[in-house]
Amino acid sequence: MATTITKLDKLVGKRIRRREDPRLITGTATYVDDVTMPGMHYAAIVRSPHAAAKIRSIDTSKAIGAPGVLAVYTGKDTAQVGGVPCGVDLPGLRKPHHNILAIDRVYFSGHPVAVVVARDRYLAADAADRIEVDYDVLPAVADPEKALAPGAPPVHPEWPDNVAFTFSQSGGDIDKAFKEADVIVRQRITSQRLVPCAMETRGVVAEWRKADRTLNIYTSTQIPHLARTILAAMLGLEENRVRLIAPEVGGGFGSKLNVYAEEALMGFIAMRTGQPVKWIESRRENFLCTIHGRGHVDHYELAAMRDGTIVGIKLKIIQDLGAYLQLLTPAIPTLSVLMMPGLYNARNIHADIVGVFTNCVPTDAYRGAGRPEATHGIERMVDILAAELKMDPAEIRLKNFVGKDQLPFPTATGLNYDSGDYAATLNKALEMIDYKALRKEQAEARAQGRLMGVGISTYGEICAMGPSPATPAGGWESATVKIEPSGKVTVLTGVSPHGQGEETTFAQIAGDELGVGIDDVLVLHGDTSIVQYGIGTFGSRGTAVGGTAVYYALQDLKAKVTKFGAMLLQSDDVTFSDGQCIDNKTGKTVSLQQIAAAAYRAMTLPPDTEPGLVATRFWEPPNFTYPFGAHIVISEVDRETGEITIKRYLAVDDIGNILNPLIVDGQLHGGVAQGLGQALWEHGIYDDSGQLVSGEFMDYALPKARSMPWIESAHTTTPSPVNPLGVKGVGEAGTIGSTPAMVNSVVDALAPLGVRHIDMPLTPEKIWRLVSGSNA
Amino acid sequence: MPQTITLSINGQRTSHEVEPRLLLIHYLREVVGLTGSHIGCETSLCGACTVEVNGKAVKSCTMFAVQADGAHVLTVEGLADASGKMAAIQEAFWNEHGLQCGFCTPGMMIAARQIIERNPHPSDQEIREGLDGNLCRCTGYQHIVNAVRAAAKAAGA
Repeated sequence: MATTITKLDKLVGKRIRRREDPRLITGTATYVDDVTMPGMHYAAIVRSPHAAAKIRSIDTSKAIGAPGVLAVYTGKDTAQVGGVPCGVDLPGLRKPHHNILAIDRVYFSGHPVAVVVARDRYLAADAADRIEVDYDVLPAVADPEKALAPGAPPVHPEWPDNVAFTFSQSGGDIDKAFKEADVIVRQRITSQRLVPCAMETRGVVAEWRKADRTLNIYTSTQIPHLARTILAAMLGLEENRVRLIAPEVGGGFGSKLNVYAEEALMGFIAMRTGQPVKWIESRRENFLCTIHGRGHVDHYELAAMRDGTIVGIKLKIIQDLGAYLQLLTPAIPTLSVLMMPGLYNARNIHADIVGVFTNCVPTDAYRGAGRPEATHGIERMVDILAAELKMDPAEIRLKNFVGKDQLPFPTATGLNYDSGDYAATLNKALEMIDYKALRKEQAEARAQGRLMGVGISTYGEICAMGPSPATPAGGWESATVKIEPSGKVTVLTGVSPHGQGEETTFAQIAGDELGVGIDDVLVLHGDTSIVQYGIGTFGSRGTAVGGTAVYYALQDLKAKVTKFGAMLLQSDDVTFSDGQCIDNKTGKTVSLQQIAAAAYRAMTLPPDTEPGLVATRFWEPPNFTYPFGAHIVISEVDRETGEITIKRYLAVDDIGNILNPLIVDGQLHGGVAQGLGQALWEHGIYDDSGQLVSGEFMDYALPKARSMPWIESAHTTTPSPVNPLGVKGVGEAGTIGSTPAMVNSVVDALAPLGVRHIDMPLTPEKIWRLVSGSNA
Repeated sequence: MPQTITLSINGQRTSHEVEPRLLLIHYLREVVGLTGSHIGCETSLCGACTVEVNGKAVKSCTMFAVQADGAHVLTVEGLADASGKMAAIQEAFWNEHGLQCGFCTPGMMIAARQIIERNPHPSDQEIREGLDGNLCRCTGYQHIVNAVRAAAKAAGA
């Protein structure tokens, strides 16, 4: 429940209800599909039903004459539009050219081949049905391991081995570690394809203003500025002639951290027809054509001493890339490598990645992006090691943690963990759940023949993305803060929140720094013609990087306010606090409103001072931040049905300082839901012919209200030294911590049956087969 | 053949000529201009388009506009009273942080109203079961459950 605040309270740290909510709960927010324009037409896209085929011919004649149709385009018409880009460079990376409409070949089921533009969405759909495409169907490959096998159908004929890239990284002396180890445990661990499923699908409205030569694009994106830069280049326009607006965005989770063919296609149509055009992705298209997440087959080897000390980790990642490389596709598994030691003091590592083309929609960043895979892997392996050595899973973790005194800690993968006390967080979780009593209870349950499990995961993550040299597109963030002549405060941020609540948290920061009420502050974002260039919202960076830029812009402004205050008070000893300047000698004060009026009226100016009260900062973070935590799941498996019941879910997270606990709780709950979704239910399944068989909500099991447990949440707080707010980021923590905790819990429940590992999702059928020993 | 329909939407009498195949959600959003109800799937699975038709929560993507001829329809835009004072369910979603991106929220609130109407003192489990037809990808549902519980409590107070 939200807290009521009075004007003089500090805002940061309070459970303040969100300022973006009134428009959202009254139905007056504007999402892309709510944008209308005079003369606006609708686009419907014809997509390939085949995963691999040559296009023999496309007959559009019946569509062109259909009622209400303005235009029809195929790949030949759009061939001059630039390809959909991949922003990642790795040595030897093979980047297929990605036309916005297929020209002579399709590479995945759902591949766009033609577009119809008509007066309304019904007529557009009707006419799209009248387009006849003659395909020469080819063999497809939809599984990355099968794609690597000799003789597999080549996704791209020019690269018959289906390998897009290989990548290796080493730290320490892995051979020595494995030679000297007492015990080595090995396991193949998969992290299945997931469909992000933002509740709002993608959508675009494009409007060409010919006389001005400007293109206005409304699109549901997490990265308005990067999208503008890329789309301008694809369409051959000068960047400053493109205005990109991310209106209200109905969820992203990484799926809108991208630039898509349809965004450029709508720009092309608007420019070609001169009419505004709207395309709203159907849910089916969203499943087929918006990026998927995960798609790992991992081979782990963990080397340890008999006392449980981990000495080395080997990892081979087979990454299912899909048919094309979207904006960040090949970078995602490299994040898994960086995160592979988890919170453990493992000095010797070696990792190999092979990135594999398949006839599937591309994978890319999905909540956690590379880090859930790595965390799931290491946390499963640590449990497997504990079982091998007959050690307690909590004990083996405590034994291997990087110690509090070792921080900041340089990892074997080249990171520098910032701050924390990993043991304290796990110990807090163990105390809260009464771990000793719990194991006793489990022993009793087992004696009764019940399958009760206790699963622990401890996780670290790489957040606040990130230092620019370590990111594909710049990792800084920008902010402009303006004190208007009336004294009201406007914040322009380069991040692009879409549910994370920064219209509230940034107002809390500005309100405290300037001593004004939260309602005196307005936070604007998501419009490239209003906001200075920015990077966007992803990688748990919004507050840790974007909020810090706001903080520094506020410091600049405060210095200027103090100068004007000194001038107005005719004093050389003034302090600005709580919304006013005070003369430290006389006690006389002048308010922020008076200072703002004087700064713009500018009858007289302090020496070396320009009129106005505006400050802009582009803040480059010196490091990532590293949140961490411990999640514990108590579960019970029904022997008869294979159903899993979550008895308790406890999350203890350390995300640094907390600016708004209400928002933080929400971020954690949502993250846990997505992590449990992967552990238990969700799976983007392609059959051997490349058809997505779980391609609707009927077949793809999203967590529902009744499938979610009550989440007990607690925190330890270690401020990050990386930014002055001391925040670490919270958007992905729940997703990263929950998946292995859930799987470890069920494996623990089934351990008496000799089960050592289960690949996700842990569907009742899979569990029932294990329990009943049935292969039927 | 277009047909003329007349219905009450949020207490206002409305009449239009519509194609028989026009879905109620498209009618509300594109003909009437009430864009608060959203389309998340078009297959009746996500619940983002939930509105009340004659007092019952209905997924408006599963109904044609012509089927609503003569009906009383309530959408999110009609929850607040004439003066703009928000309904208890809206206040509850706001206070309890029952939404993040907000896309599922209008449908969630309509579904929540029906839960409370049918069962003024729902348990958490009953709330969760009542929300079975509405998907949310942001919140993990916990704050939504809190919001529905709080709204039920406020209604009973």
